[in-house]
Amino acid sequence: MIKKYDVVVIGGGPAGMAAALSALKKGAKVLVVERDVRLGGILNQCIHNGFGLHYFGEELTGPEYADRFVKLVESEDIDVMLESMVLRLTPDKKVEILSPEGYITVEAGAVVLAMGCRERTAGAIAVPGTRPAGVYTAGMAQKLCNMKGYLVGKKVVILGSGDIGLIMARRMTLEGAKVELVLELMPYSSGLKRNIVQCLNDFDIPIKYAHTITRLEGSPRLTGLYYAPVDENRNPILEKEEYVSCDTLLLSVGLIPENDLLSGMDVEMSPITSGAVVDENRMTSIPGVFSCGNVLHVHDLVDNVSREAEIAGGAAADYALGNVTAGDTVSVRATDGVRYALPQRITKGGEGKVDVFFRTVDVYTKKRIVVEVDGNEIYSRKTMILAPGEMEKITLARQDLVGDVIVRLK
Amino acid sequence: MMNTICIMCPMGCPLTIEEKDGVITVQGQTCPRGKKYGEQEYSAPVRTLTTLIRRADGGMASAKTSAPIPKDKIREAAEYVGKLTVSADSKIGDVVEENFFADGVNLVITGIA
Amino acid sequence: MKTYDCIVIGGGVVGTAVLDRLAFHDLATLLLEKDDDVSVGASRANSGIVHAGYDCKPGTLKAKFNVRGNHLMWSLVDDLDVPHLKCGSLVVADKDNKAGIDELYDKGVKNGVEVEVWDKQKTMSFEPNLSDNIEWSLYAKEAGIVSPYQLAIALADRAVLNGAEIHLEEGVTALERKDGLWVVTTEKSQYLAKTVVNCAGAYGADVNDLAGAEHYETSFRKGEYYVLDNTERQNVETVIFPLPTKAGKGILVAPTADGNVIYGPTSHLCDLDDTSVTLDGLQDIRSNVAKTYKNPVVRKCIRTYAGVRTIIGDDFVIGESKVVDDFYMAIGICSPGLSSAPAIAEHLENLIAGDVALKDNVVTRLPRAKRLSELDGDELNTLIKEDEAWGRIVCRCEKVSEAEIVKAIHSPLPAVTVDAVKRRVRAGMGRCQGGFCATRVMEIISRETGKDITEIRKGKKGSNIALYSVKEVPND
Repeated sequence: MIKKYDVVVIGGGPAGMAAALSALKKGAKVLVVERDVRLGGILNQCIHNGFGLHYFGEELTGPEYADRFVKLVESEDIDVMLESMVLRLTPDKKVEILSPEGYITVEAGAVVLAMGCRERTAGAIAVPGTRPAGVYTAGMAQKLCNMKGYLVGKKVVILGSGDIGLIMARRMTLEGAKVELVLELMPYSSGLKRNIVQCLNDFDIPIKYAHTITRLEGSPRLTGLYYAPVDENRNPILEKEEYVSCDTLLLSVGLIPENDLLSGMDVEMSPITSGAVVDENRMTSIPGVFSCGNVLHVHDLVDNVSREAEIAGGAAADYALGNVTAGDTVSVRATDGVRYALPQRITKGGEGKVDVFFRTVDVYTKKRIVVEVDGNEIYSRKTMILAPGEMEKITLARQDLVGDVIVRLK
Repeated sequence: MMNTICIMCPMGCPLTIEEKDGVITVQGQTCPRGKKYGEQEYSAPVRTLTTLIRRADGGMASAKTSAPIPKDKIREAAEYVGKLTVSADSKIGDVVEENFFADGVNLVITGIA
Repeated sequence: MKTYDCIVIGGGVVGTAVLDRLAFHDLATLLLEKDDDVSVGASRANSGIVHAGYDCKPGTLKAKFNVRGNHLMWSLVDDLDVPHLKCGSLVVADKDNKAGIDELYDKGVKNGVEVEVWDKQKTMSFEPNLSDNIEWSLYAKEAGIVSPYQLAIALADRAVLNGAEIHLEEGVTALERKDGLWVVTTEKSQYLAKTVVNCAGAYGADVNDLAGAEHYETSFRKGEYYVLDNTERQNVETVIFPLPTKAGKGILVAPTADGNVIYGPTSHLCDLDDTSVTLDGLQDIRSNVAKTYKNPVVRKCIRTYAGVRTIIGDDFVIGESKVVDDFYMAIGICSPGLSSAPAIAEHLENLIAGDVALKDNVVTRLPRAKRLSELDGDELNTLIKEDEAWGRIVCRCEKVSEAEIVKAIHSPLPAVTVDAVKRRVRAGMGRCQGGFCATRVMEIISRETGKDITEIRKGKKGSNIALYSVKEVPND
């Protein structure tokens, strides 16, 4: 017998849990499919604080933030499959799931994608030199440390200034490692400013902007690496190469939405976010398939993930229960210093407000965020500083969205 | 005078802190928490410690200070935690130690790995 | 001290192939490998191509063994259940270089290889993503791809099942004659052997020197590669070569038997064991690939690697030593070494064991390994009923189950490092490069072998992944 659910949520991290709870509130019968042995996703390994200020109004650690949602999910009438992986999703929303109990197919009225993201690797950026032990993504080192209790090494260089890398600089320092250096290819940090302060500056860890690794040394274990400043085309200036001895290199060079499940489904994808193109309900180009959290676009704050997932989960329930009417949409386009804006489509004629999130291409000071519809400014805000590492939000009145929307900096 | 970045929230407001005649002024913040942070950072900086504690069954628990403790005590506190062991059935919210490196601050379990 | 009929030195694809053939006979055989697994030198890091044999100089050992090796390969990989695809190969040329294609055609005919010269239309209809300037090609239908490390591993496994012994992490330090036998001294032990076969790859000339056999000068050429995401596989039909030059077969575009695509190799003189990837080498690949292939997508790179080819003169060195007794060599096995390995093994088998009886009841066909990624729902449910580990995916990118990993750890030649598991079942070989699953693989190895996590290695001795337990980090 094939099981049926109104909403199947793929992924039991912060996005999946918030989506499931939101779908339940709308009266849907919900299944959450989670790969790990427990709910919570990557939050479980983020033992640092800084979560929940916006959502819960207090500062929590990752496991605490996750726990609040886990307790809610467990106390509600939501089916959860752990150690379960979706192997295939079809456009007619059949979800094929593998677990230690067996291989089953579930029919879903709507599907919420909440699989999160993965880290870009040393291989993907083709770091030159040897390929020794001691080179890991920051998240893998974080998992080994915070979940398993093992420190990968004690003389550490970090490539990239993504938040996980910065957080791991502090974690490893506090566990007795020496973080020698952080290297960032760009002239600015890709992580949050406060993490530069509290994870690097507090521990006198130097960060070199516009630098990259030119060569790894050592085999079978990393013994050191060469690095150099880069020119304006981000090519290393080899005459200025320097050496640092280390036994560990952590990479924090970007996160990529993990949309492998969509290959073979004809979902419209954004080449910029690597996530699906969605409307204000976070519905993809396939009706009834929704996407939220880091699988849609990489967020800085879990609080925003939870909020976005609530939108997606609620809308998925509405869809499955037949409470939606499709309408014409306007497109949301990013230009002039705005890298992408999301959602990329908004249904015409709604009431109330809609939030649009965006990231900038570069660091900009004293720019004005401008939103135009049919050549008219419908929104304008002055800013002191904008950086690609920090997602911005603008709130628009839906009645203003009578035509295609352009988000730009002036 | 001191220039720093507020760490109270992800906004990361750039703060300029000055002391004149015993009065500390903070500029650049966009909320009252920033002013408070600036004043504290200038006179006696504090940080929240988040770390791991060994469990009696060999596993790990994560822990935090319930409030920030003096910044210059962070490393010492982290090393001290390294010597502690909590029971295997510890759960989120359990207090490991009271008055942990600061009056009224507790070391609290935040998660079980 | 145990006496063996034959000791094979070196666990690359040649050494394991030789061991595998000898193990069919009534002989006590041992293979000594200095590293943590078989196939960790050049046999792991090459193009994985089974060449047809058209471009070897007629009359050379390379020509002879390549053509014969190709002929033996396709049934061998089927018997051994090694991933492979007989996808053919194309050497492509622009309008100014038709002569190069004709020259290769002639060599192919002389070497007894089936080759065809194709015009642009036929070439492009077979492989649509070639550069626009390509006008001619040489097609060889007997060429194809295999997983080179899985071939060596499967050869080792079959040899072990047929009674051969393999000792890993035992590099040979001395070879002496005593009472008509070889005394083989390793880092750990000493053995006696009636016959020694030198298949020591990059160290082949050194082993010859240890034995007092013929002395050879060796040079080394590094080949660097990009590995692309498996989503790129659909764009590459066959193995695409440029016209060969003196330095080698040139930078190719090829599918891999694991389902990826590779660009490479470069060809630069290097030191022994220098498998580092260089900025220049990667640049070299990027600029050369575009000459034959229309849309190189280096941004889909998931990994880079480099292998070292060992070169002795212009040809392979294969056969019995004329200087010392009971000493055989298969050294200087650069390209087309992988393609030639089955024939080299057959040749040495005839020399060493030609008159030795075959064992009864040998294993010839390895059982078909079940791969989760290839099973349907019903098959999976049957397996999960027997062992729920089939329902637990460890490597999400390549869809590898815990059951497959456990089986690899307990295979005839056990896999006890993360890379050894990866080579056998692909866990960690996908786009996240083990970011998610390496931790799980470490835990499974730890559980199955009783080793602490801090003892679990990536590969070679000293490649431990996590060095310390938290809270037990030494101060120094």
